[in-house]
Amino acid sequence: MVEDHSDIFSKSQEFLQMLSKQKDFIQDLLKENERLRYEVAALRPRSGETDGLLRQEIELLKKRLEQLDLEKREVEAAYQRVEEENKDFAQRYVEIEDQNNNLANLYVASYQLHSTLDFQEVVHIVMEIIINLIGAEVFAIMLLDEKTNELGTIAQEGHDASKPLPTVRIGEGILGTVSKTGEPYYINQAGAGYAVDFLHPLAAIPLKIKENVIGVISINKLLVQKDAFTAVDYELFSLLAAHAATAIFSSKLYSQSERRLTTIQGFLDLLTAPPQKG
Amino acid sequence: MEGLRFLVVEDSPTMRQLISFSLKRFKGCKIVEAVDGVDALKKLQTEEVDMILTDINMPVMDGLKLVSLVRQNAKTRDLPIIIITTEGAQEDRDRGLALGANAYISKPIQSSHLLKVIGDVIEKTP
Repeated sequence: MVEDHSDIFSKSQEFLQMLSKQKDFIQDLLKENERLRYEVAALRPRSGETDGLLRQEIELLKKRLEQLDLEKREVEAAYQRVEEENKDFAQRYVEIEDQNNNLANLYVASYQLHSTLDFQEVVHIVMEIIINLIGAEVFAIMLLDEKTNELGTIAQEGHDASKPLPTVRIGEGILGTVSKTGEPYYINQAGAGYAVDFLHPLAAIPLKIKENVIGVISINKLLVQKDAFTAVDYELFSLLAAHAATAIFSSKLYSQSERRLTTIQGFLDLLTAPPQKG
Repeated sequence: MEGLRFLVVEDSPTMRQLISFSLKRFKGCKIVEAVDGVDALKKLQTEEVDMILTDINMPVMDGLKLVSLVRQNAKTRDLPIIIITTEGAQEDRDRGLALGANAYISKPIQSSHLLKVIGDVIEKTP
């Protein structure tokens, strides 16, 4: 029985000790809780400050982003401008190349036309220009006979050589009208059904010295690789209209004066020759 | 492409002048001119050239015969040759290229096109 009581006592002692420990633990917890509450209370205003700083920084970053976006748009716009300029320059380069090519053609044509006073040579050069620079396959060069008022062919390429080309009266048909008015005639491109017809050319260019028409160049067919007249062809036509006319006219006059000179020289030789004995 | 030496074979003085005019865009280039195939072969015996530009229709010896003879000669067989002619049909082009020409240009010529073709041919030439 005594043993039973002592056992109960020791157990109650243990229980009391346990309760005492729990009490201490709870008190510790309460203290910790109070300390943490104090810290939380102390931290609250600081957190507000941090939020403010963060918000400020975010605002700054937003502004920077907007600024960068603006700069990006400006750079993009500048890039597009430069690209447009590049395209423009490329286009202009091509145009200048074309002009350079055209000028070279015109320079060479003009240079060659005035390189000789031999009539046949001048006519040959005009033909070369028409073939090589304009790209004509069938054409004729005609001069106006002032006595008969008719255009007669002095050179031709691609027409049937066995049949002489007809003469054309001034004012008659396309060629006659061109020689009368001095205005060039063009149809830019031959239609599908176009057949070479001397009296219905693709182009008829008057050979003019000032306002006087001395002849006509008639172009009836272009080379197979050439579809239509180009811008430089019209420039060449203008050049031919004036320069070929003066070159042909002056070489003709020169050859006539050469012939006359030879004739006069012959007479002079006859007159001044010592009389024959006998 | 500096200091290139060209042989221009063309019976038309107008075309010779026009081609030479275009070739002068190559800095320091040298241009030798010949009026037909025979004249060109003579010039090739005495002149060193890097490229031949030839017409087809010429008196005495035409351009196709010239291309053929140049290709048969050990000294000149590797020379690049460009045909420049009024003959623009496909069969003419094929004939010229089959004989050994490197390129074929139809008249009327555009200076920029001629220079581009020359550049392409030189690039492809070993």
